Parts: sequence; structure tokens; C-alpha cells
Amino acid sequence: MHMFFVLSRLAWRYLWRNHRRTIVMLSAIAIGAWAMIFMTALTRGMVDQMIEDGVSVIPGHVLIHDPDYLDDPSVNNRVALNDAELDERFGDAGFVSWASRVRVPAIVTSERESRGVTLLGIDPQAERGFSFVDYDDVDGRFLEGPDDKGVVLGAKLADTLETRVGKRVVLMSQDPDNEIADRGFRVVGLFHAEMDATEESYAFVGKRTAQDMLRIGNSVSEVVFVGDDYRDVEPIYEKVAALVDDSVRVSRWTEVDTYLGTMMGMMDGFMLIWVIVIFLALSFGLVNTLVMAVFERIREIGLMLALGMKPSMILGQILIESMMLLAVGLLIGDVLAWATIKPLEGGIDISIVAEGMEMFGASSTLYPSFNIDDVILANVVVMILGFLASLSPAWRASRYEPVEAITKV
Amino acid sequence: MTAVRCIDLCKTYRQGDQDIKALDHLSIDIEKGEFVCLMSPSGGGKTTLLNAIGGLDIPDSGEVWIADERIDQMSKGQLADLRLANIGFVFQAYNLIPVLSAQENVEFVMQVQGIPAAERRDKSHAILEEVGLKGLETRRPAEMSGGQQQRVAVARAIVSRPELVLADEPTANLDSKTSAELMELFTELNEHHSTTFIIATHDQRVQAYAKRLVRMLDGRIVGDAEQHAA
Ligand SMILES: Nc1ncnc2c1ncn2[C@@H]1O[C@H](COP(=O)(O)OP(=O)(O)OP(=O)(O)O)[C@@H](O)[C@H]1O
Ligand SMILES: [Mg+2]
Repeated sequence: MHMFFVLSRLAWRYLWRNHRRTIVMLSAIAIGAWAMIFMTALTRGMVDQMIEDGVSVIPGHVLIHDPDYLDDPSVNNRVALNDAELDERFGDAGFVSWASRVRVPAIVTSERESRGVTLLGIDPQAERGFSFVDYDDVDGRFLEGPDDKGVVLGAKLADTLETRVGKRVVLMSQDPDNEIADRGFRVVGLFHAEMDATEESYAFVGKRTAQDMLRIGNSVSEVVFVGDDYRDVEPIYEKVAALVDDSVRVSRWTEVDTYLGTMMGMMDGFMLIWVIVIFLALSFGLVNTLVMAVFERIREIGLMLALGMKPSMILGQILIESMMLLAVGLLIGDVLAWATIKPLEGGIDISIVAEGMEMFGASSTLYPSFNIDDVILANVVVMILGFLASLSPAWRASRYEPVEAITKV
Repeated sequence: MTAVRCIDLCKTYRQGDQDIKALDHLSIDIEKGEFVCLMSPSGGGKTTLLNAIGGLDIPDSGEVWIADERIDQMSKGQLADLRLANIGFVFQAYNLIPVLSAQENVEFVMQVQGIPAAERRDKSHAILEEVGLKGLETRRPAEMSGGQQQRVAVARAIVSRPELVLADEPTANLDSKTSAELMELFTELNEHHSTTFIIATHDQRVQAYAKRLVRMLDGRIVGDAEQHAA
């Protein structure tokens, strides 16, 4: 400990002997750290947003389907339990939110246009807490119950179909016998969503109305369960799985929406790669700085060895010097990143480029998120890699022969 | 008791296609408490011998003993410990760590030895005063004259009271008054603490303080005489 202090003081003095070089290197490390964290914050913000938008659209953290439904989401692949049995099984099991619904592909036709949509037959009260539709922000009204005879479309879809509240549309799908199942609906409401794609994709009708139309009695396509955090669905998953047999399939949302699921998993990997790439760029400067710093004090190192310092102390001294450089640089970079990200956390309007972004599911406002775990990861990775990169110059410094070093002119 | 024993030391340097015998079958015994002056024309092998005794350089053949330990086969770490604990050095060419102040340079060895800060400060202040550098404690080497730097180096060599002091031209750069003061200091340490001194020098004034004069030429000892202090 005492020796650590002695070596630290020497290291610190040497660091500031060549101000210019140290400041240049500090700036490089600080900018590198800033870039790591800032870039990660942007990406993290984008991905978080994408996932949140995506998860809110699914919606549901754990889902029950017929084992074949995910491959073929048709009306034939229904959950083997009917409404009454579902109620009996899950009603009192203590789930925060759960709902069952009909979910089949359908075609909606107005007087002028037709579009393919996903028909959702829902019980609006059961889904109130987690639906991606804000029931109060609907032009007209939202569905009032499972028996509602109206349809709620996305505002964008209504535009495309050139229809509006009060007009009639026809929804068409298949019944279990592959017969056309269709029915006229009055448009009672138009919902708004973050993304146009969402507004174009869904048509909401009452669950019972949908069951009648499709002639499926009181069976449903899926049962969904929603917890508090989409990142942590394991407890719900296990609870649900314990309540059913293998006539149905229980999935986490990441298995249903593999795109988003993969995205979430990739984010951490991406972060690490990004940190390492920037570090590699930095490491050349770092190693070069150390090699220079060692080279210009060969004699002093020789002198210290001659006076009775052990080679390991020289090694330690150079390593401490490198760690100090990194730590100070990182600290500046962290503060810089914090100072630039915090003001932007309210959101950056990227609507100019948002048309293109929506292609892969991002919305037009980007909320960078200063994530302390990411900051820690970046700092720890840089310190560890920096330590490793410094080993070689430090080792070489400790191998000098005292006489050679002293007599060198 | 023998402080230093060298047996049949050889050290050859190659310069171009010429072999230079810096040490040529050299043997010498130095008792504890001796005050030895090594003299030779330039290139006679004084520095090479001091480096061998201090474990800074390993001779090609022969044995070096410090007290009753053979050092020419020790590891780097053992040699470092030996130097740290037992030997004070004044080097011929390069002595001070430029990023440390005079006082910090003097304390350097004590610091590596792990001596507490208060004790270090007291000792370094006292010794700097003795070598006539009171008031210059916080100067960096670059802010001192060659003679002042030399005195800082001497102060560092003796501050922790080593048993053996190896000094290579300690009075180079010093005026005769300062060099006389320094030699008085050495003599006093030698007499009161029986510190062994081996001093390589050209300086006639230094030779006058020596109790034993060893003359070298081309890596060999060509004269070895006791003398009574002036
Ligand atoms: N590293 C080296 N490489 C080659 N030759 C060397 C080396 N060190 C010393 N020598 C040679 O060895 C011989 C002895 O050198 P040494 O430095 O021991 O002499 P010295 O008595 O200390 O001389 P000076 O009074 O000039 O300090 C000289 O001829 C010198 O040129
Ligand atoms: Mg010499």
C-alpha cells in the first residue's frame, strides 16, 4: 500500500512532465469515451423505443396459443380452452393483467378500397390497462364491450380506405370450414398510434362479435398476460406454464416477435463491440504514448533500479501511469457524455429522416438514454483492455539493465 | 570483518574489433570501515569495478562478495534488495530523478525502504543542511547547478546510513571548499559509524582524505598503499 502510494506519486509526476502529450492523450481518451457512451445512448434509446413500441403493439409479455398458431395464425389454430375454462383457470390466479382474444388475418373493404389487416376480437375492458390504443384518444369512440357491433380502425387505414366514422365497411375472413366468413360493421372509432404501420395494420371488433362472425363458438386465438416489465417475463412465464398442459403452447413475447427479441439481445453485444472498436483505435495512441514515455526515461528507470527498486516496481509504476491516464480521460469523457446526453433525454426530433427509420420499426422521436450500466461497462472494458495493452511497454521498461540505462548518453 | 571481497574479476568489452579488458584478473579485499580511494587514468576500470561491487553489472568471471554473501550469482530482485538495504551510491554521470525535488530525491531510497514520512523528513532536512543545501529542498534538479545536484546525490547516498558507500567522482563539479566539506562529512561517517567508503576519483584533494589508495591501470591494480590521513 505504501509502495502503491510511492509509485503513484512518481507516475503522476511523470504524467505531467510532458503536458502536451498527456493532454493530447487525455483528450483522445475523453473523446473516445464520450463517443462510446453517446453513441450507445442514442442506439439504446432507439432500440428501447422500438421495443417499447413493438411490445405495446403485441401486446402481451407471455402468450398462450395453439401449438401450430405461430406458424399458421389461422382460425383453425385456436386455443384448446374455451372462454369459460380460461376464466376458471386464470381468473383467480393473481395475474396483474390478462385477456383472451381472437386474432386472425382478414380483409377490410370500404366502398372504394380493400386492405389486408389483422382482425382483433377483444374484450375492451380486459385490455384497457395495456392496449397500445389510448381509448380516450379515439376519434369517435372505442369499443364498449365484447358484444359491440362496431369496428375501430387506425386513422391512417381509414384514410387509405377513404372511409370515416359512421360509414360501413365489410370484414372478410375464413371460418374453420374454409368458408368465407364476412360481416358488415359500422366504423365507430379511429385510433391513433405512434407509427403509421400500426394504424394501418389492425381492426378492432368485439370478441363475441368476432366469434359469431367466424363461427368459432366461444374459443379464442390467444391468451395474453402482461406484467410490469417486458424485460423480465420469466416469473409470469413460469406461472402460466404451470397452469396449462401441452395442448397449448406458452411463449414469451421474444419468441413471438423474434425481430424485436433478437434486437434486444443484440443491443448488448453491439454495445460491447462498439466499445472495443473505439478502444482499439485508442489503444494505438495509448501504447505509443507509453512507449515514448518509457523511452525518454530509460536512464531514470535505470537509476531507480540501481538505487534498489525492484523490476516489479518499475512495472507497477508504468501500469499505474497508464491507469491514471485512462481513469482521468474516462472521467472527463463520462462527464462530457452525461452533459451532452441529459439535455437530449427529452427527445430529439428526427422526423426528417424518420420515414426511412420507420422501415425497421423506429418512431420519429429519439430519446437517448444515459444508462449507467452502459457507462460502467464502457469504463470497465476500457480499463481492463488498457491494462492489458500497457503490460508490454511496462514489462519492457522493467527489464532494462541498470548499468546500461545509466551509462546510456 | 571483510566488507567487500573481489576474486579474480574479469570484464571484457568489445569495441569494434578490439577487446577492451575493463577488469583484468582483479582481486581486492576491503575491510569494514575502510576509506578507499580508487585512482586511475580515465578508462582504467574504476567505474566498472564499482558497478561490479554494487551488483549493477555482472563480471564475466570471478567472484564478488559483500560482507559474507556472494552477489555475482544473485537474482535481480535480491540484488535490488541488497543495494536498497546496504549500499549508498553516487554515480558518475546520472544521479537524480528529474521529476522529484531535492528533498524527494534524498528521501527516495528511504521511501522505497518504507521509512515513515516524519522520520524521512527529519533525516532529509538534516542531511541537506549538512551538505549545504538548506533552503533548496523544493528545487527540482533542473533548477540546481551541477555542484548542487552532486551534493543532493551525496546526501541521498548517505542519508540512510548504509554500511557501504560507492561514490564515483563525488567531487566533480564542486569547488574546493564544498568538496572539502563533503570529504569531512564522509570522514566523520567513516569514523563514527564505521561506514565503508570506496571512492573513485581523479581529484588530488579527495585522495588526501583516503586511508588507503588503490591505483588501477587497464583493469589491474598497480598500487595499493595505506596512508595516514592528512
Ligand atoms: N558499456 C561499455 N561498452 C564498451 N566499453 C566500455 C563500456 N563501459 C566501459 N567501457 C570501457 O572499459 C574501460 C574501463 O571503463 P571505466 O568506465 O571502468 O573506466 P573509468 O576508470 O571509470 O574511467 P573514467 O575515469 O573516465 O570514468 C574503458 O576503456 C571503457 O572504454
Ligand atoms: Mg568512471
